[in-house]
Parts: sequence; C-alpha cells; structure tokens
Amino acid sequence: MKHKTFFWFFLPTALAMLVFIAAPILSILMQSVFLPHEQVVIEVESCGPFGCSTTTSVDQEATAKLWEEAPLGRFAGMQVYFDRGHLAVAEVGEAWSTTQSWGEFFGTLGNLPLYRALAFTLTYTFVSTPLLIILGFAIAVAVNNLGPWLKGPVIFFSLLPFVVTQLIGSLILFWMVDARGVIGTFIQWIADDPDLSLKASTPLTWIMLIVYGVWNSAPFAFVVFYAGLQTLPQDTLESAMVDGATRWQRIRYVVIPHIMPLVTFVLLIQLMDNFRVFEPIIGFSAEAHATSLSWIIFNDLGGETRQLSSAAANSVLTIIGVSILLAPVLVRTWRESKAKT
Amino acid sequence: MASSVVENRSFGLRLGSALFVIVWLLIAAFPFFWTLWGSFKVELDFFSILDWTDALTGPRTEQVYGSTFTSTAYEGAWIQEEFWRSVINTSLVCFFVVCTSLTIGTLGGYALSRSGFRYTFWLLIAALIFRAVPPMTLVAGYLLPFFELNMWGHLPTAVIVLVAINQPFTLWMLHSFFEKIPKDLDESAKVDGCTQFQAFRHVIIPVMWPGVITTGLFSFLLAYNDFAVTAMVLSKENQTMIPKIASFLGTTQTEGNVMFAVAASVSAVIPLFILVMFFQRQIVSGLTAGAVKG
Repeated sequence: MKHKTFFWFFLPTALAMLVFIAAPILSILMQSVFLPHEQVVIEVESCGPFGCSTTTSVDQEATAKLWEEAPLGRFAGMQVYFDRGHLAVAEVGEAWSTTQSWGEFFGTLGNLPLYRALAFTLTYTFVSTPLLIILGFAIAVAVNNLGPWLKGPVIFFSLLPFVVTQLIGSLILFWMVDARGVIGTFIQWIADDPDLSLKASTPLTWIMLIVYGVWNSAPFAFVVFYAGLQTLPQDTLESAMVDGATRWQRIRYVVIPHIMPLVTFVLLIQLMDNFRVFEPIIGFSAEAHATSLSWIIFNDLGGETRQLSSAAANSVLTIIGVSILLAPVLVRTWRESKAKT
Repeated sequence: MASSVVENRSFGLRLGSALFVIVWLLIAAFPFFWTLWGSFKVELDFFSILDWTDALTGPRTEQVYGSTFTSTAYEGAWIQEEFWRSVINTSLVCFFVVCTSLTIGTLGGYALSRSGFRYTFWLLIAALIFRAVPPMTLVAGYLLPFFELNMWGHLPTAVIVLVAINQPFTLWMLHSFFEKIPKDLDESAKVDGCTQFQAFRHVIIPVMWPGVITTGLFSFLLAYNDFAVTAMVLSKENQTMIPKIASFLGTTQTEGNVMFAVAASVSAVIPLFILVMFFQRQIVSGLTAGAVKG
C-alpha cells in the first residue's frame, strides 16, 4: 500500500486518537502547572450617619480581567505537585526525619491522599492480577475435562461477571455482602459475630474489593486460556505420557509452556485494567477505607468546586505510574522488533 | 490419538473437575439470579435483619402488596425516576459509538494490515500505549476545553469521546482479523485495475463481517458499560443508565430508593444477558483474537 493511500485510510482514526487521547494528555500537563487566579479583593469604605465601616468585596471586573489576560490561570510550576494533596514533599521529608520505624513512616504516608490511593491501587493490581490468572487457568483446565455438551452453558454463565458493567457487578455483590444481605449474614454466621460488617473494616474492605476484582476478570483469563488449551500439541502430550510423565508433570512441562504467551497477554491487559480500578470503589461505597488513583481524580473533578489543577496533577502522576508499570513489556517488544530487523 | 488422552482421565479427576466447575458457576451466576429474584421484593425483605430467607419468601412484601412479588421498584425506577430517559440515551450513545468506531476503525485496521512499512508496527505500539492510559485521566483533560467550547453535557460529546477511547482496542482487534483475510484477494483486484479503495469496497467488505460484528460487540459493551466518561461529561438530563444508577445511590436514605437502584441494575443487566446468549461465540473469539498472536 502506498504511503498516500495509507494516510487517507488511517487519517480518521488517527485524528480521533490525537484529538481525544494525545491532546488531553497535553491538556492535563498544562493544567497541572497552573492554578486559578485568586479573586481580587477590594476594600470599600462606606460612611453613613453613624460613622464609617469598611467592607471587603470581590472586584468582579478586575478578576474577570485577570482571567482574560491569562486564561489558564496563574503559573504555579511544580507547586501543585509538591503540595500536601499530591506528592507532599515537605510532609514526607518531615515524616522521614521524625518517625522511628518503617511502620510508623508508612503509617504517616497512609494519611496523605496520594500515597493512600497509591497503596491501594498497587495492592489491588499486584494481588488480584496473579490470583485471577491462577483461577482462570484452573477453571480452563477443569472445563476442558468436562464433556463437550456442557461447555457451551458453562462458558455462558462464566462470562456474566466479566460482561456485566463493573459498577453494577460491584453493586450486586455489595448488596449481598451488606450486613443484612445473604452473603453478609452467611459471613457473620461463619465468624460467629452478629455485628461483623465488611464495610466497617479497612482490611476486610480491601479483601472484598480484591475478591470482586478476581471475580470480575477471572472469566477473561479463563476464556483466553481455554482457547489456548484447544490448540495443545497432542503429539507432545502423547509422547510425554509414553515417557511416563504424571498428570502434574504434563501440565507443568507441556501445558504451561504452551499457554505462556497467553499468560503474558492476560497479564499485560489486566495490569492496565486493574491499575485503573475505580468503579468497584464507587459500587462498594468504599471511599472511607480504600481510594485509588482514578478515584482521587474523580473526586477532584466532582462536586461544586472542580479542582482542575489538582485533578490534572493527579492524572499526570497516574500516567507516569502506568508508564513505569508497562515499561518492561514495551522495552521487551522494542528489543524483539529490533532483533527481527 | 486424542481419544486415548480422554480415556486416560480417571473418574476421580473428572469428578473433581466437575465439582470445581459447579462451585465456580455458583460464584459466577448466583449473584445475578439472587438479585433478579430480590428485585421483586420490598427493601425490608431483600435486606432482612431478621432472617435471610425473607428475600426468598417475601413475607413483608406479601403484607404490603398482598403478593410475594411486586413490581413497585421497577415502576419507581422507570416511571417516577424516569429511568426510561437514560435507557433512550444509552441506546443512542451505543448506536452511534458502534457505527462510528467501526467505520473509522475498519478503514484504519485495514490500512494497518495491508501496509508493509515499518511505521505500522509503531502505530500499533502507540495504540497500545493509548490503550493503557486510564480514561479517568483523559476526562480530567477534557473538562476545561469542553466547558470553554460549550461542548460539555451533550450526548454527541460523549459519543466522540467514547469512540476515541475505544479506537486503540478496535484497531488492534480489526487489524488481527484483517491479517487473517488473504492479501491475494485485494492484490488480485488491484491487478485487475481497482484502486485500493475499490478493492476494499468490493472485495474486502463482503468477507469482513465476522470480524466486524465481533469488534462491534466489544464497542457496544464499552459504550454500554462506561461510567467514568459518561458520569463526568454528560449533564443530568442526558445521563445514560450507569451514571443514573449511581445517582440513585446518593439518595438511599428514604425507603424504597435502594430498591429503585436494584430494579434499575437488573434492567441494565438483562440486555447484556441476552447479548451473551446470542453472541457467545463472537465474544469468545474476540477475547482470544488479540491473544492468538501472543
């Protein structure tokens, strides 16, 4: 295909991605280094028959003029990044020098919004991703052992947690684990504690969210691995059996190497998707115990006062986080592509 | 050859597998059926302090309405809270997102699969990086320009944003489907004097439908399930279903409102249920399409 033809074919999709993905990234970079103008305050002295009093009021005209001259706001440099709501450089430095132990230090960090969100996001990403891969693989192997007529319905019901909207899926589970819901009652019965509430405890909330994450994404891993199992090299399996390999050895040395590329694929997709965890936090109303990077951006943007600078700084930091997370995979792809040429 | 492997499986192993699958199916599907059943009860039955079996038998529902089933939650959600408006909005958004993203995605994906130059590799990598950017960070970038251009709050805005966010995924998927269509097909059309576009129009379009339908399903799911973008970009009267359900939660204090959310959630799940029922094979092939190449 000629360059020119390629260009015209590719133009619409390239434009869409440039305008609505690349440009917003630049937009948050810009917004994060500007702060809104402070309102211009003027003192007005009003004198009546009983003496004079001064009142302060906002000079709307002057404020509007400021915005007109510099529509982005006042330049703040890295100030937003370093303040308490974000990287909190001063607070972290102080905690570093005053705290005695690591536990105490991380405890102090846990009170700073960004670090709190980061802690949950990373825990969620690195705990639920391996778990869902293992669960997905186990389901795939088990379903593969079943008779063929059962496979269709099994795949149908397995897909449900994955296909249903994250917010609705988490709400449905949330209603069930409510202290008055069926799973909540069941857990209280197991723990023999009628006052137990998953919502009230931070560790239990984290576990609940991670369980939700595994429940939601295991079907994806299952379907991908199941498709991989259909293309298993039967000859290799046969010869492994002839050589006396046990079932476990066959899984370990034939099946797992065969689906390893698929594991990488699921890992890549799930790292991306779990890092943006957001909807379960809304669905489980877990803000008090767990926040994520996407959630703090949402929180900045919502409400009466839209804190655009803060949201932008958080977004930039989130994107840096994603880049660090995916750098190993991208570097490997780049090396492979270089090796090919 | 394969049959000997199957025969070798011991009875115990099969039983173990079957039990494991049954447990998994319970975990996967039970919550949906439980909620569907419970959505026809009053709140005090669905969330019962006294006895969890109330959600099954519905004694208080019978007390209030004379029957163990009531559709009050659905009436409340659909009529009183005007959930039907959100349903229409979601339908509009989904329809236009699917059409637009397939149109531009097909052109782009086709070009990527037919151009042998190196930049196609880098474009795909760029798309992968774009795929990795969390939508919420992009929303932070949209708000200010959208306010200034007066674009905020309208359905078309949500449509183009969703199309764009969806493009990287669409491109990857369609690219891998087009790779499977033999290149000789359109090459020979070009030898016969077709331009590239004519070859695409008359030779490729007739054979590309399976891949396009699969990709369309995923575009639909993305638009249907989106919360991050639609919650922030749409105004209250243009809300789609998911943000609307989230807004029910804000007013959970008065009795009955939680049941509105339950009923609305069930209403939003049912189309997905039907979708999976009819398009299970396409969804499975779509999920694996990106993976087969490793």
